[in-house]
Amino acid sequence: MNASVAKPQKKRILAMLEHASGDKRFKILEVHMKKHQFRQDALIEVLHKAQELFGYLEDDLLLFVSVKLKLPPSRVYGVATFYHFFQLKPQGEHACVVCMGTACYVKGADKILDAITLKHKVRAGETTADNKLSLLTARCIGACGIAPAVVYDGTVTPRATPESALEHINHWMQK
Amino acid sequence: MAAKTLTIDGKQISAEEGATVLQAATEAGIKIPTLCHLEGVYDIGACRLCIVEITGIPKLLPACTTKVSEGMDVKTDSERLRKYRRMILELLFAERNHVCAVCVSNGHCELQTLAYSQGMEHVRYDYTFPKWNMDITHRLFGMDHNRCVLCNRCVRVCWHIEGAGTKNVSGRGAKSKIITDLNMPWGDSDSCTECGKCVMSCPTGALFNKGSTVGEMERDRNKLEFIVTAREKKQWIAADL
Amino acid sequence: MILNDLISIKEKELAGRKKIILRCCMAAGCMSSDSKGVKEQLDKAVANAGLQNEVEVRGVGCMKLCCEGPLVAVDPQDSLYIKVTAENAPLIIGALQGGKTNIPQADPKSAFFAKQFSIVLANSGIIDPERIESYIAMDGYQALHEVLHEMPPKEVVEAMVKSGLRGRGGAGFPTGLKWGTVAKSPGAKKYVVCNADEGDPGAFMDRSVLESDPHSVLEGMAIAAYAVGADQGFIYVRAEYPLAISRLQIAIKQAKQNGLLGAGIFESPFNFNIDLRIGAGAFVCGEETALMSSVEGKRGTPRPRPPFPAESGLFGCPTLLNNVETFANVPAIYRKGAEWFAGIGTEKSKGTKVFALAGKIKNTGLIEVPMGTPLRTIVEEMGGGAPDGGTIKAVQTGGPSGGCIPSQHLDTPVDYESLGKLGSIMGSGGMIVMDQTTNMVEIARFFMEFCMDESCGKCIPCRAGTVQMHHILDKIVNRKATARDLAKLEELCDMVRNTSLCGLGQTAPNPTMSTLRFFRNEYEALLQPDPFGPHANGAAKQPEPATK
Repeated sequence: MNASVAKPQKKRILAMLEHASGDKRFKILEVHMKKHQFRQDALIEVLHKAQELFGYLEDDLLLFVSVKLKLPPSRVYGVATFYHFFQLKPQGEHACVVCMGTACYVKGADKILDAITLKHKVRAGETTADNKLSLLTARCIGACGIAPAVVYDGTVTPRATPESALEHINHWMQK
Repeated sequence: MAAKTLTIDGKQISAEEGATVLQAATEAGIKIPTLCHLEGVYDIGACRLCIVEITGIPKLLPACTTKVSEGMDVKTDSERLRKYRRMILELLFAERNHVCAVCVSNGHCELQTLAYSQGMEHVRYDYTFPKWNMDITHRLFGMDHNRCVLCNRCVRVCWHIEGAGTKNVSGRGAKSKIITDLNMPWGDSDSCTECGKCVMSCPTGALFNKGSTVGEMERDRNKLEFIVTAREKKQWIAADL
Repeated sequence: MILNDLISIKEKELAGRKKIILRCCMAAGCMSSDSKGVKEQLDKAVANAGLQNEVEVRGVGCMKLCCEGPLVAVDPQDSLYIKVTAENAPLIIGALQGGKTNIPQADPKSAFFAKQFSIVLANSGIIDPERIESYIAMDGYQALHEVLHEMPPKEVVEAMVKSGLRGRGGAGFPTGLKWGTVAKSPGAKKYVVCNADEGDPGAFMDRSVLESDPHSVLEGMAIAAYAVGADQGFIYVRAEYPLAISRLQIAIKQAKQNGLLGAGIFESPFNFNIDLRIGAGAFVCGEETALMSSVEGKRGTPRPRPPFPAESGLFGCPTLLNNVETFANVPAIYRKGAEWFAGIGTEKSKGTKVFALAGKIKNTGLIEVPMGTPLRTIVEEMGGGAPDGGTIKAVQTGGPSGGCIPSQHLDTPVDYESLGKLGSIMGSGGMIVMDQTTNMVEIARFFMEFCMDESCGKCIPCRAGTVQMHHILDKIVNRKATARDLAKLEELCDMVRNTSLCGLGQTAPNPTMSTLRFFRNEYEALLQPDPFGPHANGAAKQPEPATK
């Protein structure tokens, strides 16, 4: 039975490795793993790098990581889905992260979120149909002194309002 | 190894150093309800049904992971513990879709048996009726996520007895799910050795042999114990002999 | 590196100091209001005015009054410009030369600043966090030198016990006792881990410390490692704090280059390395056993204690785990003495505590006060009370594990025991002020939703219990619940708190229980009569229209 079980696994991995060989980013990722001496406990570090390179974690990428770190794929998938930070689906062109920490919440972050959801028909954690905007929430980005905070493509903006958020997003959508 | 003397439910007993409260109690014939515990694999203290009261410790501790110590005074069965256990079971029944009448494990289910033994007569919480699917892509086995209690037994036997690492948990919180490889259909799994240990270990009707119908799914736990005894003690003997 | 090298770095740094120093806040809060642009313009204006030899524009860490950022302080005039923009920044240089500026200023003598007592934040806003020389000029790494050369590890632990420092992560476990346990645990390999997974929403003290004074944490960890016999450290920091991560990376690199981390530190036999581990967005990883799973590259699920990390922690080895603020206290304790530290604070809670003031309050930002300072001093005097003529209704401490302290208890001194008595906890130091417009049931639901989303799913009471409690709270908010639901909620709170595996589940009911204790009327006002209940005619009040 072992032989019959081993076969498809090899086939899948070979197909994945072939796919990977044509993409420079896999090479960069492997160099990063080497920096961590392919240590299994560096899995989260490696996934961070993978997401940075690819934008999200697709199945082949997770399989690549599992093969290189010699971990079962189920473990890699289990870890990737445990943490909020890792995305398994492609993200929109732009990302709007609304901080939903307590300080931002008391100062009306929920209203900002509602306004965006209503206007652009996208719920937190989703991407618009035209793939332009991913709406995300953060549990607290530690910018409570300037609450409510919204992060537009990595740039933290202080004292946001529903109006300011919609305006910012409009700029993206019109491009 | 040094022996420790302790009191469980007023009964003076001795246990080996390093033994858990659960082991000591079982040896003394005192039954503590358990769900995630499975003989032969390491304990994770997750289901919280085996929680006990220990004099001098304000927190309730799980019997399966708490080691005995000299002079320990353990209570396994108080009104408070019974109430908590019933509530834990109620929460489980409300969490997924446990419909005993149409379950392959009806009559042979550990969750059902626990509900009877703990006097959980009805569920006072609103059922959440989550939408979970079934995976019947494997040629021998099926998995019904509606019946899963996330005890992790299948994950643990797959990793630590079979060593395949096919099963794991994905997601977190109430969205946790038992997965096969990269969350693929079980039938497409590359690493599954089809050993069936996960099916043997399942306490409910979540994992089953294909072809079983209502109430037919009986599990051969002895096989699992047989393998563990053989691996650990190098003794090849059926547990029920 | 030997002591003389350290002293010569310090002297060189002090000798090179310019006459006037403009300190420009470069912590995350002000950076989001373009303090980087402010600094660039200041640099340019200095160059234009030909003042390069007299004026230094220094990027510093947090200057505490975050709500008024970007902040620029001028030494030695002692003025603090607020809400500076890139456009008007050159006016500050003009003012140095006798010109006028209408940039608003904060009063450094106001209660917000005057009542602060800085130990942890002593260097914050003063030094350049990206230059190790700047830290050494403030006597940095001298404590490490003294400890390595003058004190055997046992004495280091004893001094920590004497200082009375308690863990600043929330539970307040005596730090000296923890160090002693790890030191005594047998094992050739031991670890020191710094918990920088500041997960409580509304808390940003640790972020500020890491962004403003990263070397104090490294030094604290090195001293702890020497005391317990560890040679490897990890800092587990949230991915949400990119600036803190980059400052830590710089700090670790500089410390290594200067021989303050690595092999044979200060020419002693002591070796110590620190690696960063970046979290990936899981609140539960602030729990120590879950954090260690995560450092090992696994799913961040907690495991039952005992065994405690001090006996069996990271990779099964004895592990010392403290949070950022705890480690940041360490160098000062050895530099100034355990007795000095023990003289600050209350009988059972020594030293100071950093709080992040946020929410409906005039002055939001960071404050550091001696333990035992009344809550009222913090929120009314230093925080300036609620803005826009509002009144303070409650102060939330301890995040999702804490509780809401109502205004009638504002005279409570802030220490571990007093807050515990009110059903809240000290927590890591987040303090969110709520005014009369805040609906307390919604706040309870907010925190319950948080815990539900952040539950790892391992144990049943937390995984399924938070879902049910959230469901009931949602019903109450939406006026669909009866007195029976409320009773069920209370019963669930009790059960989840007593049976959950880890701290997340055990404390998840706290915000609900504390709002029920102090604002029960708000819950009851939302209840509907129970058509089937035994008390159908009495217990539940008739619904009232929302008047707030």
